[in-house]
Amino acid sequence: MPQPVHDFYQAMADRVGRTLAARDAEHQIVVQVGSATCEHAAGSQAVADELVRHIRASGRKDILLHRTGCTGRCSREPILGVRLPGRLPVKYERVNRDLVHRIFTEHIQGGIPVAQHVLDHEAGPLPERELLFCEGSRCHGSGPGLRERFAAMLAARGVSRGSVRIGAASCFGACGLASGGPATYVLARPEKVLYRVTGEEDLTAILDGHLIGGQVVERLRAQEEPIALAFMERYGDVAFFNRQSRVALRNAGVVDPESLDEYVDMDGFKALADVLERRDPDWVIGELAKARLRGRGGGGYSTAAKWTLARRQADATRFIICNGDEGDPGAFMDRSMLESDPFNIVEGMIIGGFAIGAQKGFFYIRAEYPLAIRRIQQALDTCRAHGLLGRNIMDSGWDFDLEIRLGAGAFVCGEETALIRSIEGERGQPRVRPPYPTDRGLWGHPTVINNVETFANISAILRYSGDWYARLGTEKSGGTKVFALAGKVRHTGLVEVPLGTPLARVVNDIGGGVTGGRQLKAIQTGGPAGGFIPASMQNMEVDFEPLQKAGSIMGSGGMIVLSEDDCMVDIAKFYIAFSQDESCGKCTPCREGTTRLLEILERITQGKGELSDLDKLERLARLCQRTSLCGLGRAAPNPVLSSLKHFRGEFLAHIVDRHCPAKKCVALIHYEINPEKCVGCTICARNCPVACIAGARKEAHVIDQAACVKCGNCFDVCKFAAVDRV
Amino acid sequence: MTACPHCPTDNWPELERGYRAMLPEDVLAFIDAHRGEPHSESLLIATLHMVQDHLGHLGPGHLEAVAQLMQIPLAKVTGVATFYHYFRLQPRGRYLINVCLGTACYVKGAEKVAQKLMDELGIHFGETSKDGIFSLESTRCVGTCGLAPVVMIGEEVHGPLTPGQVPALLESYLARAAEEMAKV
Ligand SMILES: Cc1cc2nc3c(=O)[nH]c(=O)nc-3n(C[C@H](O)[C@H](O)[C@H](O)COP(=O)(O)O)c2cc1C
Ligand code: FES
Repeated sequence: MPQPVHDFYQAMADRVGRTLAARDAEHQIVVQVGSATCEHAAGSQAVADELVRHIRASGRKDILLHRTGCTGRCSREPILGVRLPGRLPVKYERVNRDLVHRIFTEHIQGGIPVAQHVLDHEAGPLPERELLFCEGSRCHGSGPGLRERFAAMLAARGVSRGSVRIGAASCFGACGLASGGPATYVLARPEKVLYRVTGEEDLTAILDGHLIGGQVVERLRAQEEPIALAFMERYGDVAFFNRQSRVALRNAGVVDPESLDEYVDMDGFKALADVLERRDPDWVIGELAKARLRGRGGGGYSTAAKWTLARRQADATRFIICNGDEGDPGAFMDRSMLESDPFNIVEGMIIGGFAIGAQKGFFYIRAEYPLAIRRIQQALDTCRAHGLLGRNIMDSGWDFDLEIRLGAGAFVCGEETALIRSIEGERGQPRVRPPYPTDRGLWGHPTVINNVETFANISAILRYSGDWYARLGTEKSGGTKVFALAGKVRHTGLVEVPLGTPLARVVNDIGGGVTGGRQLKAIQTGGPAGGFIPASMQNMEVDFEPLQKAGSIMGSGGMIVLSEDDCMVDIAKFYIAFSQDESCGKCTPCREGTTRLLEILERITQGKGELSDLDKLERLARLCQRTSLCGLGRAAPNPVLSSLKHFRGEFLAHIVDRHCPAKKCVALIHYEINPEKCVGCTICARNCPVACIAGARKEAHVIDQAACVKCGNCFDVCKFAAVDRV
Repeated sequence: MTACPHCPTDNWPELERGYRAMLPEDVLAFIDAHRGEPHSESLLIATLHMVQDHLGHLGPGHLEAVAQLMQIPLAKVTGVATFYHYFRLQPRGRYLINVCLGTACYVKGAEKVAQKLMDELGIHFGETSKDGIFSLESTRCVGTCGLAPVVMIGEEVHGPLTPGQVPALLESYLARAAEEMAKV
C-alpha cells in the first residue's frame, strides 16, 4: 500500500539529516547567541556582530555562529553559549562586546573558559563532566538517595569532585516511556548519554565503566528519548533550568527559530505526519482527552472537549484560531514561544485544523510583538514552500492554510468573542455567550480558539502519548504550565513546571527568592483577572482549582512576586485602573463598576478613605462580577476582593491610621532628613526638582514639607541613608 | 454620459484618483489585491496598520481614503481607528517612546522612569517634543517583563532602566537622529 505521507516525512527527515550532518562536520565549534525581543533588548545583536567580526578576523572556518531563540533567563541576558567538541557546553551571562573578545581568545581559541562570567556559576573551577540525577519530583523515585550514594562512592574512590559534578534535575519526563518499572535517570554530560539506573550495582558500573574507564555502559543506556533531552544537554548544569520540566518550551534556546531543518531535527512535524497518516481525528482528540490538556489561556477548559464540540457541528466550514493577544501586563510566555519555536505552534495549529475539520486558521497576534509576527510569518512562508501548509499537505491530499491577523492594542480582544470581531475587522467588543464560538464563531461558522501555549503542547502529546502527558501533571490537569516570573524576584524569566508544583518551589528554588533580602509578601497570578496568594500560602500547589479556591486564578501564566515594599492597596488600584482603562464600554456594570471601584481605591490611597468604603468596595465588586457581559468585567474585581480577603489590615491602616505600611502611597508618607546622619554633602538639594531642601555645605539639611512634592529623589540619591521615608 | 455601473458615484474616477494619492503604493496594492474577495472588509485593521507603519499616524484624509477605496462606511473606519489604542490619530515624532506601565514594570518603579522622561523632554504622555524628535506614550507590557522597568523606542526595547540612565538614552537617539538627517 502506498504511504505518501510517510514517504514525504521520511524524505524530509533524510534531507535534514544530511544537511545538518554536513554542517556539523564542517563546524566543530558552536557559539550560540539568543535572538528574541528580550535578548535584543539586552544587547545580543551587538554581541552577535562582535562575534562575527572575531570569527572573520580569525579566519577560522570551523566555528558556527548559531542564532537561537530565548531560553527565558531574562535577568542574565544576553547569554552566549560555547560548545567545544567533547567538552561541557558553557554559557556566559550578561555578555557585552568586551567579554566577547575575552571569550573568543581565552575560551574558543585557547580552550579555557572564562569562569567568572559563566551563567550562575558560583566560584571555583568549572567541572569537566557532569552527571545529572533526576529527582523524581513527580514519581517520588529514589533519585536523591542514589545521588548521595554516588557522591559518597566518588569520594571513597578519590575521584576529584572538582572535575566531576553531581547534579540534580527535577524530572526528564522519561519515566514510563519505554522500559517498565520505576527507575532513576542519569544524564551524563558531555557524552549526552542517558542512563537508566535502578540500584547501587548500576552506580558502580557507571563509576567504573563511564567515569574511570571512559566507556559508555551500553547495558544501562536508556531506551527512552525524553522530550527535553536536547535542552538538558545544553542547559542541565544551570539550577534555574534543571529544576524545570520543559515541554512547551523544549526547543526555546535550542533551535534556530528561523530554521525548519532544526525544528525537523527535533522531531518536528513527526506528530503531524502521524496524524495525517492515521487520518483519524478521533484518535487526536482521544489523546488530548487522555492527556487531560486544559486550555492555557486562563479558563482551563478541556481542549479535547472544545475540539469535539466544533467537530460535531453540521456546518462544514470551520476555523481554528491561535490566541496570541497575551494581554496580561506582566506575562510574556506566549511571545517567547512564538519567537523561539514558531514551527511548533504552527504544527499544533495544523493538527488542530485537521482534528476539527477546518479549512483555514488564523494567528491573532498583538501588534506590540513585531518580532513574533515576523517569525510566524517566516515560518508560514517556509512551511508553504515545503509542502507543510497550503494544498496537499505532506502529500496527504488535505488542504489547510494559516494567516496572521494583528491586534491593535486592546486587552479585551483577548476575549474570544471580541477577538473574533477584531479578526472580522470590527471594533473588538465582546458579545453574549452562548452561542459559543464552537457553535457560531468567525463569520458565523464553528470556530475553535486556543491559546499559544495550548498549541505548543499538541505535538508533544501526540509524540509521547496522552498518558505520558497526564502523568506529568495532577489528577485534574495534565502536563506542565509556563509561568512568566517577574517582579521582586531574583531570577526573572520563564519557568515551566508540572502542574501541581508548589508555588514556593517556583518562586524560591527556581526564582531564587525575593530581591534585596526583602520578605515575600504575596504572589500575584492571573494578571488583572487574578488575585494575590499571600506568603503564608506559598506552599500551595499550582493548579486551576487550588488557585481559584485561594481567590486567584491560574490565568495565562503571569506571576508577579511582591515584597514587603509593595502596597497591596496600591497594586489593587493598579489593576483596577488597568481594567477600567481597557473596559470596552459596551456594558454598564463593567464600564461604571470599574470606574467607581477605582475612585474608591484612589480615595483610600489618598488617605481620604472611610470605613464604609470597604463594604462599598465589596458590594460593588460582587455586582460587577455577577452582571458584566464578558470575562473582563466579571474578573476585573478579583484583585480587589482578593487583596481585601488576605490584606484587610493594610486597607484599615490606610483608612484608620492614615498610614501606608509599605510606605508607597505618596499622600501618606513624607521625607525627613536625619540631622545625625546628614553630612551636608548637598546632593539631595541639588537633585530636588522643587528646590525645597535648605542647608549649607557640611551642615544638616532640612526639607520644607509644605513645598515637597515627595518625588523621593533625595531618598534615592543620599549616600549616607540620612533621608527617612516616614 | 451614463455612469459606470460598478462605480459608487458618477464622478468616481476623479474622486478615486484623489483618494489614491493619499495612500502609499503598497497599501493601494494590498487593497486592490483583496478587492471583491469574500470578507475583504475584515482586512480593515491590517490596512490601517499598513498606513500607520508608513505615515506614522492616521489622519482624517487617510481614514477617508481607506473608507472610500475599501468601500466601508467612514463612520465604521473611524470607529475602528478610535477603538484600538495602537492607532494614533495625531502625527508623531521621529521616535516614539513607549514607557511600559505594565505590572512588572510598575512594581519595579516605571513611574519614576516615566517622570524622568517627562521632565527631560518637557512633554506629557500623548505629546510630541518641540523639535519633532520624540513622542511619548505609555503602553501595557511589551513582553520583556524580565527586564523591567522597560522603555520601548521605536521597535527597540531598553531595560532595566533607572531614571539616571534616561538622559544618556535620549542623547543616543538625538545623535542618531542627527546622523540620519545629515545623510538625507
Ligand atoms: C478580558 C479577557 C482577556 C483574555 N485574554 C486572553 C489572552 O490574552 N490570551 C489568551 O490565550 N486567552 C485570553 N483570554 C481567554 C480567551 O477568551 C479564551 O478563553 C482562550 O483563548 C481559549 O484558549 P484555551 O482554551 O487554549 O485557553 C481572555 C479572556 C478575557 C475575558
Ligand atoms: S510589564 Fe513591562 S514589559 Fe511586561
